[in-house]
Amino acid sequence: MSGRLSTWQAAFVIARRDFVAILWSRSFIFFLLGPLFPVLVGGFAGGIGQRVQAAADRPVLGVAMQAADVSALRAAYDALAPRVGAALPEMTVLKQLEPGEAFDAEAALAAKQANAAAIVTGTLAAPKLTGTAERIAEWQGPVSMLAAQALGRAPKDYPAVSLAAMASSTAQEHHGQIMTAQAGQLLLFLLTMLLAGMVLSNLVEEKGNKIIEILAAAIPMDAVFLGKLFAMLAVSFVGIAVWASAYGGFALVAGNAMPMLPEPAVGWPTFIALGIAYFAMAYLLIGSLFLAIGSMASTVREVQTLSMPASFAQIVFFMLAAFAVSAPGSLYEWIAIAVPFSSPYAMLARAAQSPLLWPHLAAFAWQALCVALLIRGGARLFRTRVMKSGGAGNRGKKRGLFARLSAKPVRAAI
Amino acid sequence: MAGNESGMATRPLAIEARGLVKRFDGFTAVDGVDLTVGEGAIYGILGPNGAGKTTTLRMLLGIIDPDEGMRRILGAERPHDVAHTIGYLPEERGLYPSMKAYEAIAFIGALRGLPLAEGRRRGKALLEEHGLGYAIDRQIRQLSKGMAQQVQLLGTLVHEPRLVVFDEPFSGLDAINQGKLEVMIRALAAKGTTVIFSTHVIAHAERLCDEVAIIAGGKVPFAGPVDVARDRIRPQVRLETRVQDGLWRKALPADARHEGNYWLFSLPESGVEPLLRALIEGEAGILSLSIERAGLHDAFVHIAGEAAARALEETQAEELAR
Repeated sequence: MSGRLSTWQAAFVIARRDFVAILWSRSFIFFLLGPLFPVLVGGFAGGIGQRVQAAADRPVLGVAMQAADVSALRAAYDALAPRVGAALPEMTVLKQLEPGEAFDAEAALAAKQANAAAIVTGTLAAPKLTGTAERIAEWQGPVSMLAAQALGRAPKDYPAVSLAAMASSTAQEHHGQIMTAQAGQLLLFLLTMLLAGMVLSNLVEEKGNKIIEILAAAIPMDAVFLGKLFAMLAVSFVGIAVWASAYGGFALVAGNAMPMLPEPAVGWPTFIALGIAYFAMAYLLIGSLFLAIGSMASTVREVQTLSMPASFAQIVFFMLAAFAVSAPGSLYEWIAIAVPFSSPYAMLARAAQSPLLWPHLAAFAWQALCVALLIRGGARLFRTRVMKSGGAGNRGKKRGLFARLSAKPVRAAI
Repeated sequence: MAGNESGMATRPLAIEARGLVKRFDGFTAVDGVDLTVGEGAIYGILGPNGAGKTTTLRMLLGIIDPDEGMRRILGAERPHDVAHTIGYLPEERGLYPSMKAYEAIAFIGALRGLPLAEGRRRGKALLEEHGLGYAIDRQIRQLSKGMAQQVQLLGTLVHEPRLVVFDEPFSGLDAINQGKLEVMIRALAAKGTTVIFSTHVIAHAERLCDEVAIIAGGKVPFAGPVDVARDRIRPQVRLETRVQDGLWRKALPADARHEGNYWLFSLPESGVEPLLRALIEGEAGILSLSIERAGLHDAFVHIAGEAAARALEETQAEELAR
């Protein structure tokens, strides 16, 4: 015999149906392949960038001096290059001048001779550097050093420096943690938006199938919303498991070639656990908002109209949290933590930068409360302002979604 | 607002609603509806499109909240508390297209608290029982509209509800399936299940219902037994006499009119016997005399008014055109 279902049991009925249906749908394959596209596009774009950079000519320092000076300058370059490294510009000889021969450096630069960005002329004792203001300011020192070396005025003996390499410095660690925080936030944001969009289209499809009235008659709308949210969350965990396995597989094959992020302040295992929890919260927050929107909209166009500002707002919240990463403890960070929609991102960044764990408990409680309020509000909106029918749906002066939104609050007498 | 004129006040109530009001964007869709439906009754809500039938049912089921008023369903003030004892077939039928027929039935049952395995077992049995055994493993998208409608109907009943609510159940069905549905509704009531349905087809309500609520413009001008509705109009007398004039004419009421060979008039309050006596004693020479009780259609026109009756006819015409 049938018995009364609690809200959670009713939500489970919805979640079970949705989970199975989504898992066996074609859209789940696209969902699984989803992260592959940014990776492929990123890899492709990166490859192209590298090729472009490699193909681009590097600016070189042109030399037009008498033969003896050129030889001395070359020897000086060979002596300094191992110590100075990249600070020395690449050097090319444009012309070995005869005694008394003049060289028009400005004309040579205008003619773009040998890709020279600046040209050194004159003598070793009085070198003259011609080029753009920025370039000559940058190369003035190296040219002077080369000339000094060529004249034999440089130190003859360089003391050996003993090296003590450390895994990281405080500054490097902080920088690394910021990188980890940003990477975590970005991953969280992309996943959340992907899922929220899916839960929204799922609800719209349900309205299209006209199932929603059967669901709403049988169980409270809160349970419908909860079930839908948790079904999609479960689907996402399956996706994450698949992606993590794939990444693990690649990591095993590629070994050290795989990019690794610096360790977060709370350590990797806790950070990953918190990341999953904050992902769930971020998704539940935006998902419940989208469900409330979806429950009011009857067409895909209406959904798009209303969800677009919500999506933009979500980007703003993400940017707020991203900005707060660089200013831990600031007012910005506290605002990002307090605003429910940016709170998961801000708190994940905090986990990367601070080892304290108790603030996360408080954040979870706050975010869970907001999720509950959003679900309750969405369900209430549905019960009071949606499901118009027949003449009831067609008679008001104002029609459509905005009329529904602007309708006066309802006095519930029951 | 007419009160409930139920002759079945002694039955325990399956539904009790007082002063239900629902407004949408300033438009009052339902305006102070009172309903009482006894357990085991077949109850019809009769009215044209836009009269407020669906909104009333949705409020009774807790799909939407009323702005004012109270409702009590099977003794519960919150309909979802007794959802496991209610079956509901909405006007806009819908199922998941990718679900198999028996799974769709089991899912609707699961929403009402029926364990999924039991729902699947019952789903298969119900499909077999109703001649749809061949469709058990077919996906809903592979079924015709009528078959899908039947699957949903079976889903409405799979958990053996105490109260079944149908919103325009005959809409979209052919005559044969309408007949089958009428049989099913009677069978449900015979088992003690309360059935409440909305319709714009008077004939269905007249054939099936113990009681009706006539709804027009969001108001219920009449709610009670069908016989009481029909008795709102005096029976019509059709009299043919051999003698055209005489003292007996004084026994006819003032509204009597002569059409062809017949006198047509409402049966006087005093009943048929004094009339007959006057006709015989006055030597009218009665050739024929018939007394016709008013139908529900006439009662509807009388109670709801000409405009509502026209709207009802338009609704029926629209559906026929579809």
